[in-house]
Amino acid sequence: MVRSRALTSTPKGSLEGDHPRALTIGLAQISPVLGNDSANLQIHLDRIDQAQKQGVQLLCFPELSLTGYVLKDLVPDVAMAAAESSPAMAKLLAASQSMDLVFGFVEEDQRHRYYIAAAYLSQGRMVHVHRKVYLPTYGMFEEGRYWASGDRFRAFDTPFGRLGILICEDFWHISSPYTLWLDGADVLLLMSASPGRGLSPDAALGSSRSVELINQIYATFLTNFVLHCNRVGFEDGLNFWGGSTVFGPDGKLIAQAPYFDEALLVATLDWGALRRVRIQLPLLRDERPGLLHQELRRLLNEP
Amino acid sequence: MDIASKLLLNPEVTRQVLVDFLRREIKRFGFQKAVLGLSGGVDSSLACVLAAKALGAENVLALFLPYRTSVPESAAHARQVVQLMGVSTQEISITSMVDPYLEQYPQMGNVRRGNVMARTRMIVLYDQSVQWNGLVVGTSNKTELLLGYGTLFGDMASAVNPLGDLFKTQVRQMARAVGVPEAIVQKAPSADLWLGQTDEGELGFTYAEVDKLLYLLVDERYTPQEAIAAGFEGRFVAAVVRRVRTSQFKRMPPIIAKVSRRDVGHDFLYPRDWDT
Repeated sequence: MVRSRALTSTPKGSLEGDHPRALTIGLAQISPVLGNDSANLQIHLDRIDQAQKQGVQLLCFPELSLTGYVLKDLVPDVAMAAAESSPAMAKLLAASQSMDLVFGFVEEDQRHRYYIAAAYLSQGRMVHVHRKVYLPTYGMFEEGRYWASGDRFRAFDTPFGRLGILICEDFWHISSPYTLWLDGADVLLLMSASPGRGLSPDAALGSSRSVELINQIYATFLTNFVLHCNRVGFEDGLNFWGGSTVFGPDGKLIAQAPYFDEALLVATLDWGALRRVRIQLPLLRDERPGLLHQELRRLLNEP
Repeated sequence: MDIASKLLLNPEVTRQVLVDFLRREIKRFGFQKAVLGLSGGVDSSLACVLAAKALGAENVLALFLPYRTSVPESAAHARQVVQLMGVSTQEISITSMVDPYLEQYPQMGNVRRGNVMARTRMIVLYDQSVQWNGLVVGTSNKTELLLGYGTLFGDMASAVNPLGDLFKTQVRQMARAVGVPEAIVQKAPSADLWLGQTDEGELGFTYAEVDKLLYLLVDERYTPQEAIAAGFEGRFVAAVVRRVRTSQFKRMPPIIAKVSRRDVGHDFLYPRDWDT
C-alpha cells in the first residue's frame, strides 16, 4: 500500500519543540501600479516596513503583486528570472532577513516561457517558487494566451513548518490543495488578483462569497490554516475586491480585511489549534491516498 | 422563476464599487475633475451623484445642453440634481450649433436630427472638458448598450462609464438609493430628441420586460428557446436577439483590415490603464 510522506514521516521543523507555538502573519492587501515593477517594489518595501512594526514574521502579497494583473502584451516587459540576478528579487531577498516574504511576479524561464509565479523568501534565500498551474481562459479571463502553465504542486519547509502556495484559479481545483496537503502542508497560502463581480441583495459581491466559501471548505476538510491574500484597486474597469481572510483548522474565520480598501491584515496562528482540531477530527489520519491512487490509475488507463 | 429578483442589487456595495471606480480610473491619469452631460434623466442624475461622491462636488461640472425643443421639465429636474449635490453647472444651448446645419436639409427625419444633436452634445462635452481639465463621464447603461439604443460617437462617447454594467432597472434602484428625486426616477425615459419621444415608445417594449430577458440571455447565457420556455413571447425574444446582434458594431472600435503581422486592431494588446 502506498503511504504518502505526510502520513509517515515527520517533516523538518514540525515537532512541537522545534518552532514557535504561534506565528504572526501579515496579508498585504495592496493595489499595484499596472505594468510598473519599480513602483510596485517600493510599495512592497513600504509594506514590509509597516509589517515589521507590527511584529509580522511572514508577510504575504497578492498574485502578481510586483506587476499588476491585466498586463496583456506587457508580460515579457515586466518579467524577471526567479533568481538573485533579478534586481527586484535581490532587494526582496535582502528584505527577507527581517521576515519571511511571499510575493507575486511574472517569471521568465531560461527558454523564454512566462509564468504567473510566487516566490517564498526566507533569511536571504529563495526557498520555493510556485508557478500557477491552472490558467483561466474563458469569459473575461485570457491567461492561457500570455502565460505558460506550471506543472507541479509541492509543499516546502520553512522555519515555521511545512507550507504550500496556490495562486487563484489553482484553488478552484480541489486536487490542488489536496495535493499540497498530502505533501505535508499544514498552512496554505492562497494568493489572488480576483476581480469582483456578481450583484445581488447580499452585502458582498458574488465572487467574494464564492472564494470565502472555498477557503472555508479547504480549512474545514483539510483541518489546515488557510490564508488568502487578494489585491484591491482597479484595472481597465475590473475591480479587485480584497476581503483577504485567515481561516483556522476548525473552519472558522480568524480575521478578514475590508473589501475594496488597501489594508495590512495581521493575525496570529496558534499552532496548538492544529493539534486540538486533528485530535477531534482526524481526517488527515483517515485519508487513503493509496485508494485514490488505485482509482486514478484505473481511470487514467481506461480507454 | 422570479427573474425580477435576479436584478436586485445591494446599493451600498454597488455604490462603493462605482464611486471607487470613478475615483481611481480618473485620478490614475492625473485628473481630479470630471464633466458630464446632465439631461434631467435618471441615468445622468445617478452618474452625477456618483461623480460628486467620488471626486467632491466642486470637481464635477454638470453641463445642461438643451435644444429648443427640449421639454421644460428636463431643466427643472437637472437643476434639482445640481442643488442636491452642489456640483458646478453650466447651461449651453446647442440650438445655434445644430440649426444652421439642419436648415440645409429640411427633409431630414427625426432620427438623423436626433443623432446630429447627440453628436453636437459630445462636441461640447469634450471641448468643455479641456477647459475644465476633467474627464468625460458617460451615462449609457447596460440595457442601452446591449440594444444599441444610443448614438455612436454621441452620447456613447466618454472616458469612463460607471453605469455601463447596470441594467436600466438597476440604474433606477441605485438612483433611488442615492437620493435622486423620485420624479426623475419614475418618469418615462426619453432621449428628448423630438417632441413626444420616449425610449419605450421607440423600442416597442418596456425596460422592465427587456431587462429580465437580457439578464437571461446575456448574464445567464440562456438560448432564445430557453428564454421562451421561461415565459417570454417568441416574437419579443426574436426582436431583442436581433437588436443585440445587429448593434454589436456600436460596442466595438472600427474594424481594421489586417495586412501586417501585428496590427492595432487584433494583436497590439495593451491595457488602457497602462502604467497607472
